[in-house]
Amino acid sequence: MMIVMRPLRRWLGVLAAGGLLFAAAAAGEMPREERRSGFDFMSDATKAMQRDDTLNPGMLWLLEGEALWRRKAGSANRSCADCHGEAAASMRGVAARYPTYDIREARAIDLQGRVNACRVRHQDAPPFGHETPELLGLVAYVANQSRGMAIAPDSDERLAPFRENGRRLFNERLGQLHFSCAQCHDDLWGERLGGSVIPQAHPTGYPIYRLEWQAMGSLQRRLRNCLTGVRAEPYAYGAQEYIDLELYLMERARGLALETPAVRP
Amino acid sequence: MARVLITVPEHAKPGEVIEIKTLISHPMETGYRAGADGRPLPRDIIRRFTCSYNGVEIFRADLFPAMSANPFIAFSTVVTETGTLTFTWQGDNGFNQTETATITVS
Repeated sequence: MMIVMRPLRRWLGVLAAGGLLFAAAAAGEMPREERRSGFDFMSDATKAMQRDDTLNPGMLWLLEGEALWRRKAGSANRSCADCHGEAAASMRGVAARYPTYDIREARAIDLQGRVNACRVRHQDAPPFGHETPELLGLVAYVANQSRGMAIAPDSDERLAPFRENGRRLFNERLGQLHFSCAQCHDDLWGERLGGSVIPQAHPTGYPIYRLEWQAMGSLQRRLRNCLTGVRAEPYAYGAQEYIDLELYLMERARGLALETPAVRP
Repeated sequence: MARVLITVPEHAKPGEVIEIKTLISHPMETGYRAGADGRPLPRDIIRRFTCSYNGVEIFRADLFPAMSANPFIAFSTVVTETGTLTFTWQGDNGFNQTETATITVS
């Protein structure tokens, strides 16, 4: 019954708005009070695993990140800490507002992109590869400094076109199965896909330790999973599409608490 | 060196039962999977975990391919005296890691 109800309500919303396209998009988005982190959809055992830092395998990556934060690197022979000091103070709140606008590249960049930009520009070191323990560890360590804080996206106006592109991608049908992100995560969350509960797709705890992966992974890796799930060809790692999607997803998750390092099934 | 997270209470009373928790980063590759090129990935697992308390072995576990990556092992022991807990993980490809933790008994 519920499967029918939500899309129905969506279309009723469209009709009430007189068929305006703009209103249709707004009607499809979930009301703020219904927003729930993926954490709420998990089993008690997996929740316990995330809550307890002595049990959460993501903490192993965090340890790596903390060591890297203090280690000098590159021909500049400089560590993150040499410029930024204690991460607990300087990095607090950073992950809650990313992605942000990078003036030099004139585009939106995510936290991973920022870490690698810092390495190239200020440490004179080669960037870390995608999904390496070094990059995941550093990003997790930085994001962990904002744990418990509400997601508060950057209000920089230059981000608007990128965020709008993310919204478009989220609502665009893709792949051989011809599904959009919104069809599952706006309309059918709480229902089941095979044996798994469909969550609302809020990026509240990235990088996450995913039990299916037996490892930590970035939001980009997770989005690639969804893309191959609808049998679309995933964008290459680091593609602007992922960052645009992240911008939109963070706006959509505004106000939810950050959980890094989250554990997901 | 694999990253390790060990949780042991710093202080305890004699006779008290304490819980010890360990987490180690390790891929625990089963040996039954194929890589991207279709070839089997060789097995790479931790085979044995031991914990000794002031040189006396108090806990041992054998690990097998079905165990998940980054194995978490928790157990309990009775506290007798101030001393050192030594944790050792041994496995394929010469994997051998030892970590220590101290506990003060009063």
